[in-house]
Amino acid sequence: MTATVDGAGRPVIEAPRSRAPRPGRARARSNFELYAWVFMRVSGLALIVLVFGHLFIMNVLDGGVQRINWGFVAGRYASPFWRLWDLTMLLLAELHGTNGLRTVINDYAERPQSRFWLKMMLYTSAFLVVTLGTLVIFTFDPNISG
Amino acid sequence: MDTAAVSDQAVTTLKIRRYDPERDSEPHWERYEVPYEASDRLLDALHYVKWNIDGSLAFRRSCAHGVCGSDAMRINGANKLSCKVLVRDLGPEISIEPIKGLPVEKDLIVDMDPFFDAVKAVKPYLMTDDHEPTRERLQSAADRERFDDTTKCILCAACTTSCPVFWNDGEYFGPAAIVNAHRFIFDSRDSGAEERLEILNEKEGVWRCRTTFNCTDACPRGIEVTKAIQEVKRALIFRRF
Repeated sequence: MTATVDGAGRPVIEAPRSRAPRPGRARARSNFELYAWVFMRVSGLALIVLVFGHLFIMNVLDGGVQRINWGFVAGRYASPFWRLWDLTMLLLAELHGTNGLRTVINDYAERPQSRFWLKMMLYTSAFLVVTLGTLVIFTFDPNISG
Repeated sequence: MDTAAVSDQAVTTLKIRRYDPERDSEPHWERYEVPYEASDRLLDALHYVKWNIDGSLAFRRSCAHGVCGSDAMRINGANKLSCKVLVRDLGPEISIEPIKGLPVEKDLIVDMDPFFDAVKAVKPYLMTDDHEPTRERLQSAADRERFDDTTKCILCAACTTSCPVFWNDGEYFGPAAIVNAHRFIFDSRDSGAEERLEILNEKEGVWRCRTTFNCTDACPRGIEVTKAIQEVKRALIFRRF
């Protein structure tokens, strides 16, 4: 270790280790992570009802999956209730899954760049699924020939 | 250690992850045969290696009785204090590594600065906004009990360096910082709870916790770390809703 000397020629004892500045924390005051956490719990509970209800109606109730055809869907979608059910299920499931994967990417992707691009891919796919699904639910036309 | 008694003692193998930054490019394992008595703790075995076999072995220890929190290490894959485990409970070959997720400086010594920086960031000291009392700040036994568990922390870093989120994301505050925030957030004499909750509400705060309970398992003081983290989450939620 080289001896450091101050202006008057007296030796100066250096600090054992220079304190590395902690990489900047995002100081943005936001409740986003809190709301995301609550959303996962609430949407999870809602999805238990929506998804198992959906599976039960489609696969078990009178005749099950064998009876599903164009006419069956047309009959269901005549009622706004089932359209609303499917829309809620679509939005909650997609956002729940997207937020879950966002968390997995944050946990496991090590490089900031791979984090960024994985999340971009995730958000793009979520946007496509939500848009396409919503479009079908709102524009479904029972007149197949039309 | 009394050498006369060594002959009728049991022998164990310590497999230690060694790293000397001046000589090694990568850490490597080295094995040491160490005699031990039934009452020997792992720290005694490490002393045996350092004092009798290889003096270059580097590790931290201070009080050697589970209070100072210097000798946290990864023992057979789990974070423990080497002064609080008996050699005879650890099997015929004991693997010893530095705690994970902090930069290794030499052998079992890691750079603790990022850990202490995270603890300091949650302001782990009494903050008040009222007038200073003429005598002391009184507190009921029930109010004291509220945060009793988190007063036990010795800042050994066993919890934070057992957390898989911290391993991958050093920006996460980590369990120890949250425990030390909890100790003041739930103290009736303190009035800085809002400020600390705001800090832990950040992106790298309590919401990164995946409740894997590694921290609770690792804590040598038996603090229910995951529960403390959940209580901070709950405080944040009920503040908003």
